[in-house]
Amino acid sequence: MEALDAFESSGEDASYIAGGQSLVPALALRLQAPQLLIDIAHIETLRGVELQGDWLRIGALTRHCEVLADPLIRTHAPLYSDAAPHVAHPAIRNKGTIGGSISHADPASEFPAMTLALGAELEIANRDGTRRVAADDFFVDLFQTAIEPGELLVAIHVPVVRPGHRWAFHELARRRGDFALVGCGILAEFVDDAVAQIRIAFFAVGSTPIRAQQAEDILIGKRLDQATIAAAQAVAGDDLDPSEDEHVPPAMKRHLARVLLGRLLGQIARQAP
Amino acid sequence: MSDVVNVTMKVNGTDVSHAIAPRNTLADFLRQTLELTGTHTGCEMGVCGACLVVLDGRVVHSCLTFAVQASGSTIETVEGLSERAAIADLQEAFHQRNALQCGFCTPGMLMTAHSLLSQPGVPSREDIRDALSGNYCRCTGYEAIVDAIEMVARKRHDGAAAPQNEEVGA
Repeated sequence: MEALDAFESSGEDASYIAGGQSLVPALALRLQAPQLLIDIAHIETLRGVELQGDWLRIGALTRHCEVLADPLIRTHAPLYSDAAPHVAHPAIRNKGTIGGSISHADPASEFPAMTLALGAELEIANRDGTRRVAADDFFVDLFQTAIEPGELLVAIHVPVVRPGHRWAFHELARRRGDFALVGCGILAEFVDDAVAQIRIAFFAVGSTPIRAQQAEDILIGKRLDQATIAAAQAVAGDDLDPSEDEHVPPAMKRHLARVLLGRLLGQIARQAP
Repeated sequence: MSDVVNVTMKVNGTDVSHAIAPRNTLADFLRQTLELTGTHTGCEMGVCGACLVVLDGRVVHSCLTFAVQASGSTIETVEGLSERAAIADLQEAFHQRNALQCGFCTPGMLMTAHSLLSQPGVPSREDIRDALSGNYCRCTGYEAIVDAIEMVARKRHDGAAAPQNEEVGA
């Protein structure tokens, strides 16, 4: 692909730009100063949403406003649809892309965490071809992903939700559109009203989106009654690693995370099978 | 890397073509090259909403778009909306309700209001506040702005003083 060659010939002092809604502020603040910007916004193969068997392929350039309105995403990867109204403000959603958000990997952003909750796979292109990385292996550290220099996120592949799946999303923010204090998305598979599989992904409580694995382990095989939910809440804070924050200290974030988990599990428990 | 690149776009119905530095934002291009200073630059990092313009039918931050990226696009600024009377009722309502003091944020507020009211239905006050969450006003406290937009939303819905409706996305 021409864009990958352009990066190579830049001496690796380049950034890809899609919607630019995170990159351009970083440039304005001089947090980044690449010699070259490679505009990928017009690459057709990075667009579009398509059902491919049991997977939904979401092109990396799909804008937040398109995620919000897309019927295929609503049906097959609904956590993205539920999260989309909370992603920034309308004008940002008109230009920002889901691939940009996921590869930027802001730990307080909605889409990276929903990628983790949905168990999606990320298709990454390099000059040798493409490779797919599971969401669990993708988010490495603060703003760091499995994408190597020069590589490009091409598409998000989401295993489609099936009958028996239930899900819920919510975030706590001071104002609509602000970065969340704490947010969470849950995807659970039920068999005979008991949790067979569950993925609980929190955001804004660590250097990456984080799965609450101890809580997940408690819930597997159980019915979501009050005692079970309380047991999951009790351990939920242990998996999280919120940073020191003058306004929202880690203890408060852990508390809010437990509250949020309780609400979301309660919501899932009440969803009709 | 060349020092200048040629950009061509339609701005407020007029085709324009200029050679500019690739690092120029659309906001700077509109204000400095085209002298359309109704688009304001406040934070220049996509937070305050003073620089909103309509780009190919969608409201976006002109400070977060490079002018070269907008080459080939159709742009409408607050001057364009104002001159073809698309927001005359909003302007009148802002005036009546005292929905501005210093006026710096007003072009962005009008862009957001125009976009919101171009969608079907009558937005609630909560919808209006949600839509305005990306527009900062440091004078008014927003109440009067919400009042003005709500007033126009109802008037347009009732069919009174309806201007031509635009196809503008969220």
